[in-house]
Amino acid sequence: MSVEFDPAERFTAYAHPERLVSTEWLAEHLGEPGLAVVESDEDVLLYETGHIPGAVKVDWHTDLNDPVVRDYVDPERFAALLGSKGIARDSTVVIYGDKNNWWAAYALWVFTLFGHEDVRLLDGGRDLWIDEGREITTEPTTVTPVEYPVVERDDAAIRAFKEDVLAHFGNPLIDVRSPEEYSGERTTAPAYPEEGALRAGHIPTAASVPWARAAASDGRFKSRDELDAIYRDEVGLADGDEIIAYCRIGERSSHTWFVLTHLLGFEHVRNYDGSWTEWGSAVRVPIVSGSERGEVPAR
Amino acid sequence: MDATLLPAALADTRDDFLALAVRDRLQLLLDFSNELPELPQHFRDHPDLLERVEECQSPVYLFVEVVDGVVRLHATAPAESPTTRGFASILVQGLDGLTVDEVLAVPADYPQSLGLGEAVSPLRVRGMTGMLGRVKRQVRERVAA
Repeated sequence: MSVEFDPAERFTAYAHPERLVSTEWLAEHLGEPGLAVVESDEDVLLYETGHIPGAVKVDWHTDLNDPVVRDYVDPERFAALLGSKGIARDSTVVIYGDKNNWWAAYALWVFTLFGHEDVRLLDGGRDLWIDEGREITTEPTTVTPVEYPVVERDDAAIRAFKEDVLAHFGNPLIDVRSPEEYSGERTTAPAYPEEGALRAGHIPTAASVPWARAAASDGRFKSRDELDAIYRDEVGLADGDEIIAYCRIGERSSHTWFVLTHLLGFEHVRNYDGSWTEWGSAVRVPIVSGSERGEVPAR
Repeated sequence: MDATLLPAALADTRDDFLALAVRDRLQLLLDFSNELPELPQHFRDHPDLLERVEECQSPVYLFVEVVDGVVRLHATAPAESPTTRGFASILVQGLDGLTVDEVLAVPADYPQSLGLGEAVSPLRVRGMTGMLGRVKRQVRERVAA
């Protein structure tokens, strides 16, 4: 059972306005049958310090990543996770989180790998909800577990692997990391832990568009016009393009994947989750350092 | 790790965590987070005296004083970063008031012994390892100065 879409005026210019809900909409619909609210943060304990009433927690690391292989959880584990959170296959899922929905977008992307159809982001995320003085609680959410079907993950449409990137040269690549990571001054985001990339720089031809440029100062997404000015006019993306976005481990680029796919309507966008921690340590892949995009490598 | 070198407070903390089921360890970490003491006034007036821990995802600042051979450890991290606060609080409660030698003898892999890898992920535990390393380095610097 799916819950009605948010008809908010400011979403109508986006390609898929049904992928966003406003804080007003969520406040009105909390507790409605068929609606599941999920908090997904960078900090694994932030949910426990206060969450939207009725929200459940999904942690990007402990819940969505396979504990052994560098991959996402398998279909059985995903089904067990969602079922235990009271989320059914036909539930409307609204995800929100800290840091401009950085991790919320990552969770949404993983839900999409498993083909969960109705999954939306709370525009403005956790911070806007709190800034507006809306209710949060430390009261544990009681859920009634449900059966979630075991569904094969479909990686082909929205996930790129290293081999896909090597075959992709000549098509647009978007590097969403900080300028320092792009140029090769450092391999991690400023103030983030070293995560083991051996070389620094960027994938040849990638355009540098730090992910947070898509966020407005209040944490909501920028308007359609502002986003078009960045991704179409400045970067040169055009309808029909095959696009791959990447960052360090695929979380920040999930945010950009959401913007390109759901807000701007590009139909062939993949997220390279191996990202710099794989590319920057792989043997004999081409790398460009400095602020220029670089040339398509000779085969 | 040689348990005989572990100061009593750190050993107690480890035992407390290991006695709990994995999901309850998160709650204990949150309790630690809530117990992180406020910075003393002179650090609140001079945030430039604090050292930022780059290994942590969230801004956390540490400062070590050594007074008559006794280590005083101060830390601060924002409320929006409860995991980081929890890590800092474990170290403050476990190290503050120890002698220089006792602090320097704490095994570098102490954070890995708390059983938090499964609860918060090994990657996040590395933030605490970074904090411990910086505390020890600061202790050495203070003693050498």
